[in-house]
Amino acid sequence: MAVEFSEAAKQEFQEILKHYPTKEAAMLPTLHLAKREFDHISPEVMTYISQLLDLHVTRVANVVSFYTLFPREPEGKYVIQVCSTLSCQLMGAETVVDHIKEKLNIDVGETTPDGKFTLKKVECLGSCGTAPVMQINDDYYEKLTVEKIDKILDSLE
Amino acid sequence: MSELYFLKNRGNPESKTIDFYLSHGGYESLKKTLKNFEPNAVIDEVKKSGLRGRGGAGFPTGLKWSFVPQDNPNPKYLVCNADESEPGTFKDRYIIEHEPHMLIEGIIISSYAIHSHLAYIYIRGEFVAGARILEQALAEAREKGFLGKNILGSGYDLDIYVHRGGGAYICGEETGLLESLEGKRGWPRLKPPFPAVVGLFQSPTIINNVETLANVPLIMERGSEWYSQLGPNPKNSGIKLYCVSGHVNRPGLYEFEMGMNLKELIYEHAGGIYKGHQLKGVIPGGSSTPVLRPDEIDVSMDYDSLAAIGTMFGSAGTIVMDETTCMVDALYNLERFYAHESCGQCTPCREGTMWMVKLLRRLEHGEGTVEDVDLLADVANNIMGRTICPLGDAAAMPAKSFVQKFRDEFIEHAKQHKCPVKKDKSIKVTDANA
Repeated sequence: MAVEFSEAAKQEFQEILKHYPTKEAAMLPTLHLAKREFDHISPEVMTYISQLLDLHVTRVANVVSFYTLFPREPEGKYVIQVCSTLSCQLMGAETVVDHIKEKLNIDVGETTPDGKFTLKKVECLGSCGTAPVMQINDDYYEKLTVEKIDKILDSLE
Repeated sequence: MSELYFLKNRGNPESKTIDFYLSHGGYESLKKTLKNFEPNAVIDEVKKSGLRGRGGAGFPTGLKWSFVPQDNPNPKYLVCNADESEPGTFKDRYIIEHEPHMLIEGIIISSYAIHSHLAYIYIRGEFVAGARILEQALAEAREKGFLGKNILGSGYDLDIYVHRGGGAYICGEETGLLESLEGKRGWPRLKPPFPAVVGLFQSPTIINNVETLANVPLIMERGSEWYSQLGPNPKNSGIKLYCVSGHVNRPGLYEFEMGMNLKELIYEHAGGIYKGHQLKGVIPGGSSTPVLRPDEIDVSMDYDSLAAIGTMFGSAGTIVMDETTCMVDALYNLERFYAHESCGQCTPCREGTMWMVKLLRRLEHGEGTVEDVDLLADVANNIMGRTICPLGDAAAMPAKSFVQKFRDEFIEHAKQHKCPVKKDKSIKVTDANA
């Protein structure tokens, strides 16, 4: 199925192109835009982006598969990314993951049956001083405790 | 320097606005520079200040700038490396979110110095809030005439764009970053040619860390003479943000002159070891820097003092580990990180990091042998120095130092066929100040 940006996104894309001397350099910003528009980067989306940037589709696929922020499969409405690298681990990241697993009744890498939450363990989020930390969609949640996690997850609709 | 520079407005939500910045002397340094300094004079001033790169390598900033060939007909680019992702490091995020104009002013002055008219801020993709704050700050700066054509009537033009990364540690490596900015996989390039000569879009490019660039307005305001006298000696000069994480009572961000004593940083400023536990080890400058034992931490936190005891200042990301930490498990965690973040270009790094993960998993789960401990060090030695970029070394250095300094603990894992450490995996609540 062919996909297409909304009118607003098309305008944004034109603005992005002005920032760079080559079209190819607009790759990551266009992928971020596509993720916002289409939720994940399907093969159809890759084809569409390859047309926008005048590149072969394999060039797009090559980039998409290299980075962690461009999911190729649908994810939950809220993607919970728990930082698991050393500073967070020292401050209890495993307990954070275990608590969320139990609360949502899913394993790491899974999505709840209602499509609301996806749980991921990720590498360093760069917020080591306020560990343990998780990111849900765009937002960071720091200095986590079990009570705080419950409150955050319960507040998401 | 008794007053704070980076952290002077901590806790004030207004600090990120241009009105606040202007009412506290903001952009005066830019005005002074454009009025009184030729670009080369700015380079000389930064050279004399002794400023060294705050991203990890510690290369003299002014010297790096002087490598840009001015007779090259291509455009010159300045790229701000805001891909902060070395585990243990969280200083640039503070500057981006709380003092964005300090960074922007630094980028403008630095771009002027190298005759660049287009600069990019490459910010890690996860820092969504930071990217929004920067976009807003850039819009404010444009509106006030600090960006765009003929800045402050000087005839100098500059644009700055924010470029969000895609989630990859390797893009913090300067040539991986350039590849990523060009729309490709973040695969580091062979050097030479160095980016100052052939960088972004095949043109001369300077890549500087956020904190490095944010120092520049201060240097131009107070002068190189004044700046170079801060810190223990002229080769390790200036002010510095120190990140403290892990098992301390007050983790967070601290600002002092270069050369803060590591022991004092941990025990006095960061409140000592969590709940009065015994200290076991300290990673001084971010996860790739060799670990120190408790008897080694009475040391000045600067480039040369830490190099003298076989480790590195890196990005000043100090990770503190107490007696409840299993050193095999901690290293397993770090090597898993490097294996995940290896870009896959060079065989020693791509394969070696995976081997180290497997060996560490085996040891931690009681399935390892005494020979595995030496094999681990051997694999690390075979990665070291055999890769295009420093990620290989970054993965090898912790392995080598952990095995060397905590060898008995590694051997005990093999001999007892289990982890002998009573680990504490609970969530620790601290008085974090970050």
